[in-house]
Amino acid sequence: MVFARVATRRLGAVVVLLLVLSVLTYGLLALAPGGPEQALLGERASTPETRAAIRLQYHLDEPFPVRYWYWLSGALGGDFGNSVYFRQPVLSVIGERLPVTTTLAGFAIVLTLAVGIPAGLAAGLRRGSAIDRGVTFGTLVSLAFPPFGIALILLYTFGVALRWLPIYGSDQVANYVLPAIALALGQAAVVVRQTRAAALDVGGQDYVTFARARGLSRLRVWGSYSLRNAALPVMTVAGLLAAANLTGAVFVEQAFSLPGLGSLLVQAVNQKDIPLVQALVLLGGAVVIAVNLLVDLLYMVIDPRVRHGAAA
Amino acid sequence: MRAVLRKGWGPSVAVLALLALITLAGPWLAPYDPGAHDVDLGAVGPSAQHLLGTDNLGRDVLSRLLAGTRTALIGPVLIALGTTLLGTTLGLLAGYRRGWLDAVLMRLTDLMFALPGLLILIVVVGVAGGSYATAVLALIVLGAPADIRVIRSLALSQRELAYVDAARTLGLSGRRIMFRHLLPNLGPTVTANLLLSFVFALIALSGLSFLGIGLPAGTPDWGLMIAENRTILDLNPWAAVAPTLLITITAVAATILGDRVFERLSA
Repeated sequence: MVFARVATRRLGAVVVLLLVLSVLTYGLLALAPGGPEQALLGERASTPETRAAIRLQYHLDEPFPVRYWYWLSGALGGDFGNSVYFRQPVLSVIGERLPVTTTLAGFAIVLTLAVGIPAGLAAGLRRGSAIDRGVTFGTLVSLAFPPFGIALILLYTFGVALRWLPIYGSDQVANYVLPAIALALGQAAVVVRQTRAAALDVGGQDYVTFARARGLSRLRVWGSYSLRNAALPVMTVAGLLAAANLTGAVFVEQAFSLPGLGSLLVQAVNQKDIPLVQALVLLGGAVVIAVNLLVDLLYMVIDPRVRHGAAA
Repeated sequence: MRAVLRKGWGPSVAVLALLALITLAGPWLAPYDPGAHDVDLGAVGPSAQHLLGTDNLGRDVLSRLLAGTRTALIGPVLIALGTTLLGTTLGLLAGYRRGWLDAVLMRLTDLMFALPGLLILIVVVGVAGGSYATAVLALIVLGAPADIRVIRSLALSQRELAYVDAARTLGLSGRRIMFRHLLPNLGPTVTANLLLSFVFALIALSGLSFLGIGLPAGTPDWGLMIAENRTILDLNPWAAVAPTLLITITAVAATILGDRVFERLSA
C-alpha cells in the first residue's frame, strides 16, 4: 500500500530528525561556560565530594557516546535530571508552567485561524478591491512588527491608558487576551497570505467556472468545491505556525511577565540551568516535528492524488 | 498589492536613507550623552529638554534611540549581506553543478526548516554567553537556507536556457558561467532577498537583545530599550513605544522597497 510505505518513510525521517535534535541538545552541556561539571553544580558548594557526586550522577567520566546514551534513555523515560536552579526534577518544573503556555498558544491559534482564514478569503475573492488592498497592507505591517513590540503597545494602550484589561497575572482569561493577540498577529498574516494565494489559485480553475455555469450558487461552489482544495496549501503552513508559535511565546511571555514555558526558557538560559534548557528545547523541537508529520499524514488522507502514488 | 506598494517607493527610500544618515552621524546628533544618568530626575514624559522623555535612570530617550541605530541597524545590514552572499553562492553551486553538493545542501536545508531555528539560536547563543558578533554570525547561518532554496530553483531553470548552452559550447568555465552569466539574470531576486533578509535580521536581532542575549545591559539598543523600559509604561510610555515604532517603520520601509525593486528590475 502506498499510504503505508510513504508513512513509514516519513516516520523514519522523523526518528532521524529527533536524533539530530537530541545530539544538539545534549551538546549544549559542553557549551556552558566552565564546562558540564560547573554547569550542573550551579550555585551549590564546590567541594571534591559534590563534584565527584555530580560526575557520577551524570556519567561525566564516560566517553561522549556513552554519556549521551545514558542521558537519552533517561530522557525517553521522562527523566531529564534535576533543575540546577529549582533543585527539583526538570519535568515537574515544566509541568507547573505548562498550562500557561498551552492556554496562550491555544488562544493564539484560534485567533490566528478565526481572523486569518476569513480575511485571506475575503481578499482573494475580491482581488484588487479596497478590502484586498487593506488586508494586504495589513499583513505587510503585522509581519514587520516585532512580537514583543506589539506586546508593549497593546499593554500600554489597553492596560495602562484605557485600563480595560489587567496588566499583570496569569489566572484569569482576561490575562491572556492581550498576549494572545500579540502572538497571533504575525501568524495571522502568514495564514492570510497563504489563504489569499490559495483562493486566487482555486478561483481561476475550470471546475469552478463549470460549476457556476451549471447554475450552482456562488456559496455552494465555494462551500463544496473550492474550500476543500484551497485548504491544502493553507495546511502546509501549520508546521511553520507551530515553530512561530513556540518562538513567539518566548518573546510574548517575557513581555507580559507570564510565567509559562517561554519565560522559563529565558530564565533557564540566563541562569545556565542546562538540564532545564535541554528538556525545553527537546520538547519544543519535538512539537514542531510532530506537527509537520501530522500535516504530511493528513495531507495524504485529504488529497487522493497524494495518496495514490503521486507522492513518490 | 502593487497599487498600494507603488506609492511606498519614495517614502521607503527616504526613511532608509535618513536611518543610514543617523547611524553614521548618531553620536553628533544626540542632544545628550546616551549613557548620562540623572537618577534624581528618573523617568519623566516628553518635555522641551527631553523631547521623548527619560528612562528609569534619567537617561535621555532620544539620545539613546539615536545611539541605538548602531547595534540595531549595522548588525542586520551585515547579516543581510552575509546571508545573501552565502545563500546565493551555495544556491548557484547547488543548482548549476548539481551532484553531491546539491544533495547535501538540500538535506541540510530540510533539516533546518524542520526545526525551530530561532528558538535553538536563542538557546545556543544564550547558553554559550555569546557576544553580539556571535549572534550576527549565527543569524547569517540561520537565514541562508531560504536563500539557497530560492536561488537554487532559479539556477535549475536557467541552466536549461539557450544562453547557458551557448556559453558552455564556447568553452567557458563553470565558475564564469555561474557568476558572469547566470547571476546577472537573478539580480532582481538577489536584491529582494537582500532586503527580506534585512527585515528578518532586524526583528530577530532586536529580539535577542530584548531577551538580554548578545549585548551587555545598559547598551543603548532598540531591543534592549524595549525590555528595560517595559516597566515604566505608566511614567514614560515613549521610552518603550518609540523603539518599537522605529523597528516597525524600518521593517515596513525595507519590505516595500524590496517589493518595488523586484518589480522594477524584473519588468
